Amino acid sequence: MALILNEEQQSLKDIAKEFLQKNAPVTHFREIRDTQNELGYDQSLWSEMVNLGWSGILIPEEYGGFDFGMVGMGSIFEEMGRTLTPSPLFSTGVLGASLLTLGGDDKQKQNYLPRIVDGSLTTALALEEGNRHSPFSISTKATKAGNDYKISGEKTFVIDGHCSNLIVVAARTEGSDDDASGITLFLVEADADGIEITKTSMVDSRNCANIKFNDITVLSSNLLGEENNGAAILEEVLDRAQIAISAEMLGNASQAFDVTLDYLKERKQFGSVIGTFQALQHRAAEMYSELELTKSSVIAACNAVDENSNDLKRMASLAKYKAGETNHLVTNEAVQMHGGVGVTDEYDVGLYLKRARVTEQIFGNSEYHLDRYATLSEY
Amino acid sequence: MTDLQTFREETRDWLEANCPQEMRKPGDVAWGGRNPQFSHPDQKIWLERMGEKGWTCPTWPKEYGGGGLSKEENKILQEEMGAIGARSPLGSFGIWMLGPALLEFANEEQKKEHLPPIVRGEVWWCQGYSEPGSGSDLASLSTKAVEDGDNYVINGQKIWTSYADKADKIFCLVRTGPQEPKHDGISFLLIDMDQPGVTTRPITLISGKSPFCETFFDDAKAPTKDLVGGLNKGWTVAKRLLEHERTMISAMGLSGGGDGSKKTKSGLAEIGKKYVGIDADQKISDKALRRKVAMHDLNSRAFGLTMQRVGEETKVGAPSPAAAMGKYYGTEHNKLRYELMLEAMGTQGVGWDGEGFSMEELAITRDWLRTKANSIEGGTSEVQLNVISKRVLGLPDK
Repeated sequence: MALILNEEQQSLKDIAKEFLQKNAPVTHFREIRDTQNELGYDQSLWSEMVNLGWSGILIPEEYGGFDFGMVGMGSIFEEMGRTLTPSPLFSTGVLGASLLTLGGDDKQKQNYLPRIVDGSLTTALALEEGNRHSPFSISTKATKAGNDYKISGEKTFVIDGHCSNLIVVAARTEGSDDDASGITLFLVEADADGIEITKTSMVDSRNCANIKFNDITVLSSNLLGEENNGAAILEEVLDRAQIAISAEMLGNASQAFDVTLDYLKERKQFGSVIGTFQALQHRAAEMYSELELTKSSVIAACNAVDENSNDLKRMASLAKYKAGETNHLVTNEAVQMHGGVGVTDEYDVGLYLKRARVTEQIFGNSEYHLDRYATLSEY
Repeated sequence: MTDLQTFREETRDWLEANCPQEMRKPGDVAWGGRNPQFSHPDQKIWLERMGEKGWTCPTWPKEYGGGGLSKEENKILQEEMGAIGARSPLGSFGIWMLGPALLEFANEEQKKEHLPPIVRGEVWWCQGYSEPGSGSDLASLSTKAVEDGDNYVINGQKIWTSYADKADKIFCLVRTGPQEPKHDGISFLLIDMDQPGVTTRPITLISGKSPFCETFFDDAKAPTKDLVGGLNKGWTVAKRLLEHERTMISAMGLSGGGDGSKKTKSGLAEIGKKYVGIDADQKISDKALRRKVAMHDLNSRAFGLTMQRVGEETKVGAPSPAAAMGKYYGTEHNKLRYELMLEAMGTQGVGWDGEGFSMEELAITRDWLRTKANSIEGGTSEVQLNVISKRVLGLPDK
């Protein structure tokens, strides 16, 4: 397993960095936020990302994608973490692409995947029902009605839920509320009758929604994968999503750290640059160590996807755990080391802190992944 | 067949013919020296055969007795030795620390004189760096060497000299330029321990063991030709040698269950299960301990991956800046590992000797105490954090 990028991957990362720093720096995010952009991202920027091929990175070539792999996708997410760039790449290019690639039948793949690649379709995953990640705690019910299904229930923390064309809903067709078996995935058009979507305003000013399904009708041809076996697909998709978001978190933490390091080298108090103070130097050195560990964990996890590792689940938990812990530490320290200006809206560090806390919640925080890692390791 | 494939087959055949069966079992490693001690006759045979081939120092040039292998060939040798469980033939600070420094800084005559005996395990070297008044501030050292004809006369005291009581020679930092600024008055000198002017006294550690000594120089002598790297230029040699030492120590953080991909359960988790018990789901019944074990395992894995990445980065380009955190993180992590073992073992973890404790329990307790020195020796964690701050992060001194 290589833990450094090959030439192709490095070139993709360089292009992503250049593109994002030029077209979507933090000022771009501030503009989206301050103008209360209804979409939550910039459509023309998204089109350019699509033109760069990003939405098709995880999609097989036979469906128009580029099959470039998770190491490549991770590099892009890391760079987007640095610039805080809002886009539907996570909900569509990772979640939607993986759900359909791993769970879809050929007809569904033919129908949807090329549209993800060309940017004409955006997707969302409606999974969570409580205030923390618990992928199998599902009480949203899907009951058979002739050849169709009726779905009723409420979903929360649906990323890009208010601005996607296609929603994948995890609903219970059998069993009790916490069973892994008996979960079925459905493809639902966002404008179907009986769907109530409420955009939620989150601390990071990015896109989330609560979605209510009021006895909506879904054709059985829109079932994704087999009935009652949705958990298996979900698990595989969540591994990939956890790894992609970990890469974003690595970028978020790295940027917050770099900005702080610059500040330590220029801010003067007591007649010296504050970066000369050992109390701050040692904390910076500890953060550096944690960032290095996180970097290794993230790239190893990306590799585990591309190499189809049989240890993928644990690698996903490793990445999300380390990224969560490190991002938490670094964003807190970044604000503290900036002193007064760190808590102003004018300085960017606060934006990284806010985004850090939301990404921590996405598909399991560090405590969730500690527990999962221990369980998978049979202790 | 490629050259490397041929090399692999030849190596496999040679090891098969030359590695004694006894040396394919776990056990202690020989340290050689003028009066070598062998715990088994096969240890002697194994050392002689490997020394003859230069494979105690596989990548050193052949002209100095080394194996002359490329990095790739050495990797194959290590893999093939690993495959039959072959023990390392020789433990030596000469190999790990002094040799690489000599290869870089010594003159031709010094290399020819000192390197081949290291390869064959004929000289046991120890390190004379720290002094009672010069720990983290190593460059303040005051052991003096004064030129007197063909010799230097040395007076002073070293401390924390590992195995000084068993070693034949010492590589030593001495002050040769008392009027110079502190970093510019130090030389790197090789001194024979077998002379009236050198005495040693073991230091008993909190673990009950005595791997370290104090070493006293009273008009000890060393030939001027044994000064390495130039007069008053010893600090450069010293710094490089410390890097080798830190690499050696940071590897300790990896030894304990670092590579989670090879086994499902870590040693820590097994100890946890054994001492605190399991619940109906086969999980460690103490939830708080289970959480700490998982945290440790995850960090072990992240650290192991990082050291692997450092290796890959170094191979393709310049030395990786992340190498600087290896010693700091590895030793702190290893200390935590032993703290967790003790936490799991309860009163069985705090026995000293005799009845009521298993050999393993007593060994863990002693090792726990020994790990406390890991983050002190070879540069304290605080010094390592200084190194990261300044050299990697570029934070200013003033």
